[in-house]
Amino acid sequence: MDDTPRNADFDVALTMDAAQPPVLDRTVQGLLGTAMDRPDGPLKVTGTARYAAEALPENLVTGFLVRATITKGRVIGMKAEAVEAMPGVIRVMTGHPLLRNPAQGQAHQAPEQILPKVDYFGQPVALVVAETFEQARHAAQALVVTYEEEVAEVDPNAASQVDKPKASQLDQGDLEGAMRSSPVAIDTTYTTAPHSSAPMEPHASIAEWVDGRLQLRGSYQMLKHNVAELADSLGVDEARVRIHAPYVGGGFGSKLGIAPEAVAAAHAARELGRPVRVVMARDQVFEMTMRRTETTQRMRLACDADGLMTALAHEDRVSNLPGEAFSEPTAQGTHFLYGGANRRFTHEVARIHRPCAGSVRAPGEAVGMIALECAMDELAEAADIDPVELRIRNIPDTTPEGGQPYSERALERCLREGAERFGWSQRRGMAERLEGDWWVGMGVAAAVRTNMMEESIARVTLRPDGTALCETDMTDIGTGSYAILTQIVGEMLGLPREKVEVQIGDSDLPKSSGSGGSFGAQSCGSAVFLACQGVRKHLAERMEVAPDDLTLRDGRATGGNRQVALTDLVEAPMSAEGHVKPGETEDNFSIAGYGAHFAEVGVHRDTGEVRVHRMLGVFSIGRVLNMKTATSQCHGGMIWGIGSALTEEIMHDPRDGRIVNHNLAEYHIPVSLDVPQLDAMLLEDTRDDQANPIQAKGIGELGISGAAAAVGNAIRNACGVRVRDFPATPDKIFPHLPDVT
Amino acid sequence: MDVTITVNGTERKLELDPRVTLLDALRHELGLTGTKKGCDHGQCGACTILVNGRRINSCLALAASHDGDEITTIEGLGTPENMHPLQTAFVTHDGYQCGYCTPGQIMSAEAMLREAAEGWPSYVSKTLDADPTLTDEEIAERMSGNLCRCSAYPRIREAIAAVRDARNATKEAAE
Ligand code: FES
Ligand code: FES
Repeated sequence: MDDTPRNADFDVALTMDAAQPPVLDRTVQGLLGTAMDRPDGPLKVTGTARYAAEALPENLVTGFLVRATITKGRVIGMKAEAVEAMPGVIRVMTGHPLLRNPAQGQAHQAPEQILPKVDYFGQPVALVVAETFEQARHAAQALVVTYEEEVAEVDPNAASQVDKPKASQLDQGDLEGAMRSSPVAIDTTYTTAPHSSAPMEPHASIAEWVDGRLQLRGSYQMLKHNVAELADSLGVDEARVRIHAPYVGGGFGSKLGIAPEAVAAAHAARELGRPVRVVMARDQVFEMTMRRTETTQRMRLACDADGLMTALAHEDRVSNLPGEAFSEPTAQGTHFLYGGANRRFTHEVARIHRPCAGSVRAPGEAVGMIALECAMDELAEAADIDPVELRIRNIPDTTPEGGQPYSERALERCLREGAERFGWSQRRGMAERLEGDWWVGMGVAAAVRTNMMEESIARVTLRPDGTALCETDMTDIGTGSYAILTQIVGEMLGLPREKVEVQIGDSDLPKSSGSGGSFGAQSCGSAVFLACQGVRKHLAERMEVAPDDLTLRDGRATGGNRQVALTDLVEAPMSAEGHVKPGETEDNFSIAGYGAHFAEVGVHRDTGEVRVHRMLGVFSIGRVLNMKTATSQCHGGMIWGIGSALTEEIMHDPRDGRIVNHNLAEYHIPVSLDVPQLDAMLLEDTRDDQANPIQAKGIGELGISGAAAAVGNAIRNACGVRVRDFPATPDKIFPHLPDVT
Repeated sequence: MDVTITVNGTERKLELDPRVTLLDALRHELGLTGTKKGCDHGQCGACTILVNGRRINSCLALAASHDGDEITTIEGLGTPENMHPLQTAFVTHDGYQCGYCTPGQIMSAEAMLREAAEGWPSYVSKTLDADPTLTDEEIAERMSGNLCRCSAYPRIREAIAAVRDARNATKEAAE
């Protein structure tokens, strides 16, 4: 790090208290929004990009985590000497500071450290360190651990402790009355299976203490929080922890908070005075990182004869370990998507001893929208109204619970344009389309994802050679941060992409939001935008024009009737920091991304197997920063939707709560043949000026919201079977298939 | 034990613990970390490499049983400055997101294109003996051993199809 004091004269800070002008619609470089290739691409496709576990510092040793084989109780013995006598084994470590489970997203403090107590099957109980990976793994498997077991509750439906967080309960109007008096009403219950993030890169850390400061190469999403969590876990000052995460092999929420392998590696490295690498084995990724909770969701919906909703209730039960503050915000999207004056929300958290529950891509909407959007389909059927039409009729003018205005919201457009593009008018009645061995049908669902913007800082420096450097501790977990930050800088400073260098993934750089909650691109992007505003102000001073009269393009500044090359204008590096904070707009407006999914599926007439034939997603997220990477995010979300609709399901042993299918052969994420060529369309002309100064909203999670429901609804249309227990595996379909004569 | 393997054209003599897999020999001994470990159980395809020209999951192979073999890894296909056509196609089609499964996808695709060129049928081929046409469905089936949790599948297939087209065009021009 450079320690010379910097000139802060051009720093720009903004609190989002008011709508922001669309500055980026007036810049002329023409780089932002384009389908630019990722700058990090060549490194990734050639295997040159180095992920967390991929350094070989001198004297490196390997640690292997040992997992609990009881559900609840305490470790009372460990035959450490026996394995320490094995070849190459250096030490067995247990107790403090090993973690029970990862930190929840943005926790900013150590998660539970409870050893010798055990709270779930698969919890880390020890780390075995050896000279090589093979020696460490062998010793970890050979380590005999003895326990004192206690009875553990593992069934969310039978749990004796059920919390009802006050802030998540709501009763408005007279729900029962409206249910009784409305001509159309449905009361239906959906369940969804627990899910695993299953990033392809297992959680990995290499820890090394250099001059009393921890250098951790880790696979993490939110470095400023991770530093705090790691430091707190180890009992050291934050200044003594630095995390490097230049490339992250997928996160999906599972790398939001510091995880057991990082603390174990850092602790071992401190004790042994050698660099230590700890990588979770795949079964450990399933057990020791966050799962998405299972859900039970009772939906009550009623409408009048015209389809206008009169009642809406979304009541759910989820689960988590004792002591975890997080609970899946299942009904998050339901609060503001549709109207209906009489409303009820209840939210229950069963305290059980299954592996920890936390954020997995689109916590809340990913599963809540399955229930809501399938229930809407049931309501449409009961009211005999086209499901696209029913949704459009119930788009409220202001939020149904607070009366807030909405910011940019193109839900109706997404539904209408999507229906047109998909050929929705060709949809037939239930079980009317048999093609060969396959029942074919179409389904629709809306998509919504609450938008969040988080405090972020970034620094941009324009250098005398006409290149710019962008620095922030942001991460790129596959989302395209390298690309969109390059584009924002290039657009604002009038530079082609080759002239922009982006340095991220280092906790010593200015602190950004990190990646999570679909807020990374807009939060960090806004900070970079503001920093560029500062540099522009500086340039304008040099040009002796007002900042608004300055035009920057292809490395040249134009203003006041003259044009100057940046290389002539910039004598010493011009640096500015941008600092963005959320403000009043998020209280005064309901800000969210919207979309619509359309799916066509085939259901096998004998086996009940479901194949997705076609799928369209139309999304509105304000400004699109990079058409290519944003579309890839849509694909990702839609495919996760297909997974949760058809195949993904963590199976817990009903006796001890353990994850039985803790591997990629038995936990079925979609593979290529499960996925058709997708049609994902982003509205290009929308802007959300209440969201942030770049008018962009998140896209990483919107694509999954509602996607599974569209598939479920298509199954119903195809063959008449309404699946209410997801995933919709063939066993839930074939017993109910219509007879074909 | 002593093992000699040829990696990307260079002979490498290694002294290895017999438990070392081919994958870990590459990653831990040779520092060739382009080949990824996703599961260590033959379930994800991230570790795909070519052994004597055929694709295998290197996590399921013990290095000791490959003495004398020719190995090609992602590093042997191209470099950032001089990319292999598949690597270029993955970049232009955005056939990846986090990039972790990508080396395995590309190695698998290279071998798959050769298998198809040699006339190997797949589960979705209409007949067993006709030369398979690499439709989108054929590519999907033949690439289904390579998981991508980012779910870049549609664009992985587009990237592979672009290389398929380029090779077909070259073949036709030669005929
Ligand atoms: S690491 Fe070899 S198949 Fe997954
Ligand atoms: S690109 Fe991330 S797993 Fe495939």
